Amino acid sequence: MTLPVVLFAVVATITAVSALGVVLAKNIVRMAVWLLFTLIGVSLLYFLLGAEFAGTVQLIVYVGGTLILIVFGVMLTAQGPLRELRTRPAEWVIGGIVGALLFGLLVTASYQIALPPASADNTLPGPGPLGLTFLGVTDVSPNTNVTGVPDSATITRKPVAYLLPFEIVSVHLLVVLVGAAYLARAKRRVKA
Amino acid sequence: MSELGMQPFLILSAFIFACGVVCIATKRNAIGVLMGVELVLNAANINVVAFARFNPAFRLDGQVFALMVIVLAAAEAAVALAIILNFYNNHATVDVDSADSLKG
Repeated sequence: MTLPVVLFAVVATITAVSALGVVLAKNIVRMAVWLLFTLIGVSLLYFLLGAEFAGTVQLIVYVGGTLILIVFGVMLTAQGPLRELRTRPAEWVIGGIVGALLFGLLVTASYQIALPPASADNTLPGPGPLGLTFLGVTDVSPNTNVTGVPDSATITRKPVAYLLPFEIVSVHLLVVLVGAAYLARAKRRVKA
Repeated sequence: MSELGMQPFLILSAFIFACGVVCIATKRNAIGVLMGVELVLNAANINVVAFARFNPAFRLDGQVFALMVIVLAAAEAAVALAIILNFYNNHATVDVDSADSLKG
């Protein structure tokens, strides 16, 4: 039992228990709180994996932005009976069976993935190389073989840049936010 | 870290994914369904970052994909909440079972 294993066990337990709490909670406000702990646990997992920048962005954007948005939605709509909508037991049974089957399928599939050979230098790059990749500077990409293919077919990874997807995503976010603000605006009633 | 391997991360992500699917399937509150979608997206993100960590060929790409998923999830939540608020203004409820105006 080394330190990473213990840390992973703790963080994974927190994340899994709070994800289960989101499913089992009846009250919509409690669901939001359980979701908060799940998102924080996922960001701790990123830190544990060495992806510091992804973990930070998860904390800032997800916990600080998306979750606040959801909490505002809860506050604007949770009134009286809407706070606790009951689900019929039959739907719980069917949903639980589907979820258990999916879980079993994914676990079986994850055991059939060939693990890539362990390399000496497998730390994740920090925000510097990540930003250069987004800008289109590609010489920071590692020049290694693609794993998961037969050894006879040696496919070398081609350098890629993510400038175009980055621009598309940013313009998409702008358009979507303008559209959301237009959709959710306060409507003025026309007096007859 | 290397003694931990990739499988624990994949299994945890599968569990969160299943939780999200059950949440989408069983919740009657529209915002609850939205929370299930967030769980599913987070499970996918854990997978992507774990593959980036344990597969040296995709060290940069995994994080890039994770960041894009986070941004797109924020956009999706904004639009979904706008739609839910509109539905609430028109029908005075957020029960997804009562959203059957298009039923023939």
